[in-house]
Amino acid sequence: MERHEVLVVGGGLAGLRAAVEAKLRGADVAVLSLIYPMRSHSVAAQGGINAALGNADPSDSIERHAFDTVKGADYLADQDAVEEYCRDAIERVLELDRWGCPFSRFPDGRIAQRPFGGAGFPRTCYAADKTGHAVMHTIFQQALRLGVTFYNERAVLRLAVDEKGVRGLVAMNLQTGELETYEAKAVIMATGGAGRIYARTTNSHHSTGYGMAMAYWAGAPLEDMEFIQFHPTTLYGTNILISEAARGEGGILLNAKGERFMKRYAPEKMELAPRDIVARAIWTEVLEGRGFENEYVHLVISHLGAEKIMERLPQIWELALKFAGVDAREEPIPVQPGQHYTMGGIETDKHGRTRVLGLYAAGECACVSVHGANRLGGNSLLECVVFGARAGAAAAEDVVSRHFDAKEAVEKALREVEDRIKSLNKKGAEENHSNPYRIKREMRETMWKHVGIFRDREGLEAGVEKLRRLRKEYYEKAGVPEGPKVFNLALVDALILEGMLDVALTVAEGALAREESRGGHYRTDFPKRDDENWLKHTLAFYTPEGPKLDYKPVVITKWPPTERKY
Amino acid sequence: MAPKALKEGEIVKFTVFRFDPSKDKAPYYVEYEVPYRPGMTVLDGLLYILEELDPTLSFRYSCRSKICGSCAMMINGVQRLACETQISELGKRIKVEPLAHFAIIRDLVVDMEPFLRQMEAIMPYLYPKEHSSEPRVDPKEFEKYKSPSDCIWCGACVSACPVASTDPLFLGPAALTQLYRFAVDSREREDVKPLRLLIADSEASGVWRCHQVYACAEVCPKHIKPGSVIAELKRMTLKARLVGKI
Repeated sequence: MERHEVLVVGGGLAGLRAAVEAKLRGADVAVLSLIYPMRSHSVAAQGGINAALGNADPSDSIERHAFDTVKGADYLADQDAVEEYCRDAIERVLELDRWGCPFSRFPDGRIAQRPFGGAGFPRTCYAADKTGHAVMHTIFQQALRLGVTFYNERAVLRLAVDEKGVRGLVAMNLQTGELETYEAKAVIMATGGAGRIYARTTNSHHSTGYGMAMAYWAGAPLEDMEFIQFHPTTLYGTNILISEAARGEGGILLNAKGERFMKRYAPEKMELAPRDIVARAIWTEVLEGRGFENEYVHLVISHLGAEKIMERLPQIWELALKFAGVDAREEPIPVQPGQHYTMGGIETDKHGRTRVLGLYAAGECACVSVHGANRLGGNSLLECVVFGARAGAAAAEDVVSRHFDAKEAVEKALREVEDRIKSLNKKGAEENHSNPYRIKREMRETMWKHVGIFRDREGLEAGVEKLRRLRKEYYEKAGVPEGPKVFNLALVDALILEGMLDVALTVAEGALAREESRGGHYRTDFPKRDDENWLKHTLAFYTPEGPKLDYKPVVITKWPPTERKY
Repeated sequence: MAPKALKEGEIVKFTVFRFDPSKDKAPYYVEYEVPYRPGMTVLDGLLYILEELDPTLSFRYSCRSKICGSCAMMINGVQRLACETQISELGKRIKVEPLAHFAIIRDLVVDMEPFLRQMEAIMPYLYPKEHSSEPRVDPKEFEKYKSPSDCIWCGACVSACPVASTDPLFLGPAALTQLYRFAVDSREREDVKPLRLLIADSEASGVWRCHQVYACAEVCPKHIKPGSVIAELKRMTLKARLVGKI
């Protein structure tokens, strides 16, 4: 059994930032990562990271950043947390710069900032349209400099928990196929979003939500899971992200009739309204027959000129060319909304602490909540560095008064994983077993069809029923024939599907219960926001039968909810 | 990029390298039939094989949008990312093999550890200065490290380099490109700079081992030109030596 004071699960931006912070504070910290850390999906973030530096417009302020975030969140964010988050933003971004992040520059050498959706000022710092790659590699580099321990290509499968909290975890070493046990005083979950529970998503193949499921099984509630962000502009065909920066730099959206349709939905902000509004606008155009091939609209950037495109948006130009055969310097890019971000996640306080002792969470897998019902562009990389650092600090502080005592809890977790593998292999030997990949495909289609951009009771009920049926089928019939031990992708994918199904159910059940429309959650049968009954966070607690829902109030400090207009 | 006339549903034959060092005496190839759909990439084809035809196949992948660097492999004999390679570019027969000159863990999964040791050997991180406020960066300086910063650590250039593939001591194009990237960054402590150039100047492993073949630049999916970067690093190293800085 390996032993470290702090174990970080996930080698993306939040996990790496947490590890760096814990290490700087003297803790013995190790990162377990399913893929090599520099492969983590944080690298795919494109447009930027928000901080009220005031480089583009000195009248910007922390308070304006906080207000934009709260309003963008459709008032479901906890305002105390948002204020601290926007305050920390400045130091976290300047620190990235000191650590060598290749930010794009204004001619005077200061960090450049660009306009982004839902923001009152050009506040988004960027590295061309590859900001996630730039920022995450910078933190990864510093983790290497500081000598953080890495266990790479480890699929963490269960947390080991007893009445005194988290004691350790069980992981599979993909390179050997062996199960390994780890002992810890603190475990920080930083496993990213759950995009892959949807058929159309910008997320990587490894953004499964499995980390959320592990925390949920360990007793931490999942908060606000029904709030899913659909990014307005994903490439038609592959749903690869086409950054909001394309619109921030002046790109416009046109329907098949050549109309700049955003004027009907957000006359003031137009294409730079928050994502939930633009995504619904595009999908409304398509559903009402004004799209192309009943699937997409056009994103036009050609008028920006080749020079600006190649300087500010080189990656999206190349992605459109490679994956859609379109030269955006001359032609429109075909785009449609796709799942992009999970606003909900493991419930934490402002320091990443969960209700389970010794368990922390940061980044997309967590819900503080600063994004409420809709996250603004440029706020997710920021969340990773702000709350990654906070969780790392909290864990390093707390381990001083915690003890190693993992044996029983870890053995129990290990048995659970071994039983699951045995069961999958046993069924895999039977003639009529179900292919987990088929179950996964049906789950993803169900989520897109019934728990998508537009929702209603009938669809959600059908979705919940289907998910419950798939979950039952998974436990009763899913099988993987016994195969090679080393890098057994089929086995790992089947194990991870268990968590995906449970997470999908929290999204669907939360959406069915919430009879209002707010941010990313839109009910055609309840099209208005209902602050009287629903200005509250959803909490989903695990039970073997499915999620048990509860609610908690939203923290309001400075900004009483008003109607959201753009 | 003239697409060959592949129709939806048409069969594409994937010839895939298979090898499990724990039980196979030698590698072998298996042929799989993959029905084409428009926009299908080599990665999509491999995923189809895994999910529908053969759950024992192994390979690395993640982002599917050429930014994570997981899926560098030999495709019809050339180092490429599987995720960005359109089947329509290649036609109806595709041969997929692990990244050349890397040890094989299983099938298309190679041992990245020697590559990572090369990267770590050049200290791929900035030693930060203490700044009281936001540093100013001359846009001209930014231009120097802009392209090298795009590296995704995929290993394609090292696999293609005729020196790196035969000489385990040579730091290789990826690591030397990163060395340059930090050497020209003024946000780093000055006292680290000579050390960087000393590493570059190492007779056994540094820039002088580069024969300027430029195979690296041909395969880099991020359009970095490691050969040219190393040539610049040679000039910097030589200059530092001449003025007695190293």
